[in-house]
Amino acid sequence: MRRPRPRLAVGSPLQLLLLACSFALAAYAGVRLLAGDWFGVALWIVGAALLHDLVLLPLYAVLDRALVKAAGRRREWPLYVRVPAVLSLLLLLVWFPLISGRVAERYPSATGLSADGFLTRWLLLTAALFGGSALLLVLRLRRATKDRPPAAH
Amino acid sequence: MVRGPVPGVARAYGRDMARTSSSPRFPSSPRTPFSPAFWRSPLRGPWFTSVLGVVLLGGITVLFVTGLLSYAAYNPNLSPVNDKTPDKGILGFYLFSWPTDPHWLYRLNQGVHVTLGITLIPVLLAKLWSVVPKLFTLPPARSLAHALERLSLVLLVGGGLFEFVTGVLNVQLDYVFPGSFYPLHFYGAWVFFAAFVVHAVLKTPMALRNLRQLREEKSDLVSPDPVEPTVSRRGALGLVGGGSLLLFATTAGQNVDGPLRRTALLAPHGGAEPGTGPGGFQINKTAAYAGIDAAETSEEAWRLVIAGRAGTVRLSRTDLLQLPLHSAALPIACVEGWSTSDQWWRGVRLRDLAALVGYDDPPDVLVESLQRRGAFRRAALRANQVADPRSLLALFVNGEDLTPDHGHPARVIVPAAPGVLNTKWVARMTFGGDL
Repeated sequence: MRRPRPRLAVGSPLQLLLLACSFALAAYAGVRLLAGDWFGVALWIVGAALLHDLVLLPLYAVLDRALVKAAGRRREWPLYVRVPAVLSLLLLLVWFPLISGRVAERYPSATGLSADGFLTRWLLLTAALFGGSALLLVLRLRRATKDRPPAAH
Repeated sequence: MVRGPVPGVARAYGRDMARTSSSPRFPSSPRTPFSPAFWRSPLRGPWFTSVLGVVLLGGITVLFVTGLLSYAAYNPNLSPVNDKTPDKGILGFYLFSWPTDPHWLYRLNQGVHVTLGITLIPVLLAKLWSVVPKLFTLPPARSLAHALERLSLVLLVGGGLFEFVTGVLNVQLDYVFPGSFYPLHFYGAWVFFAAFVVHAVLKTPMALRNLRQLREEKSDLVSPDPVEPTVSRRGALGLVGGGSLLLFATTAGQNVDGPLRRTALLAPHGGAEPGTGPGGFQINKTAAYAGIDAAETSEEAWRLVIAGRAGTVRLSRTDLLQLPLHSAALPIACVEGWSTSDQWWRGVRLRDLAALVGYDDPPDVLVESLQRRGAFRRAALRANQVADPRSLLALFVNGEDLTPDHGHPARVIVPAAPGVLNTKWVARMTFGGDL
């Protein structure tokens, strides 16, 4: 009996058709996207994916792991650092140009608004987030102490 | 959705709680990102990814549609001066004459586009986190279709991040991206959307199945060797939602005047108004930024030139004040996703100016500013915009003369038009003919 010849796996024809259409549209727009500084644009697109997947994501994953490790057996504690840290860093990530003062020259001259205050407001928000979180943790610990039944032997 | 404890979490809790980072089940496996056991978060799994995916499916669709509408609002087919993407070809297939009703149309559209985009950032980041092990799948491709699908994911992830990053930078006036914002964000959107549609078609059925199923499917997203959870999947989703809520709450306020604007704590047009009094509302570009010389705008020097088929008319501001004046309550709405409430403008109707140069039936108009540089120092308006009785060449706002930053001596204000088409410091208007 003859064994079936190994075939090159192609996959679903429908999927291939769909992907071909997608690439055709992407190429049509892509040619126009790359019409100017093609290297710069390609660098930004590929760089954005690489920077996110290979730098940003590992960085916050490692920080989170370190946090959990530092908390040790107090397993509910990381939450009280993680939540305010995530929220604060998210605000920093999105509004970095304003908070860092990168646009401190263009922004006031274009909008007539003051460029000062973004850093202060972000710091105050961060302080409020961590302060609120600390308060919740203290309340929780106090409740846990109160509710703990007397030690039985 | 009512659901019991997340199975993955319950399972992990049931394990030997004393076990630490070294696992007896995977004693000698080399821990590289290419081995499934490298990925140890107990949160990853089809349910978590599916929830985020379905949110993005809806959200990004709205972003794409509002983006295309914003593009149409510029009337790019009307005149080269409105068109920052002249080689768009079939990508402009859907373009239509942008209406003037309702007068808050662009304000709503662009407020949704930018505010929703910013709100979705935590969801996007969480979604990318939830599927990152797939980046390191071995073998790299099981079939031709799989190889092409993975190639398409480069456009999906890279293109998606590119759109979000360029948008976020542009609203903060940080023009570091490689080129002009309009073509980059527009063509980038089509590249991203091409990959997005195919991804949605291929994955949505599975995502919906995952959400309906109570039992966790077997999936390569689930860690074979999870660490003890410190948070439930629901808790993690709550954090993502909380991040979105915080971004929304500190951004949305830049679309209303008054105390609510103060709630947009970190948004570019949140916080204080620029100055007080009738002209104390948000400014896109100040007179100084646009290079407007006060000598050119004085009563003696400034003349408005109106050209049309009946010839050319030159009017001083005093001449304009002799014409019938009308009022309209209209907002300023910027492509950057901020807007003002309705301001009370007073000036000469554009259609009355058209009539001065021989057009009883208003035609298109090319408006030119004193501004020397910058995009949109010249802008074209379509006949329907000129004809609207609320479309004015405004001389006053909120009962006082326009301030220099709001376009003194005269500016255009048109209902539902993007801010940059409301030309400030108007010097010349050419009705009809080639724009």
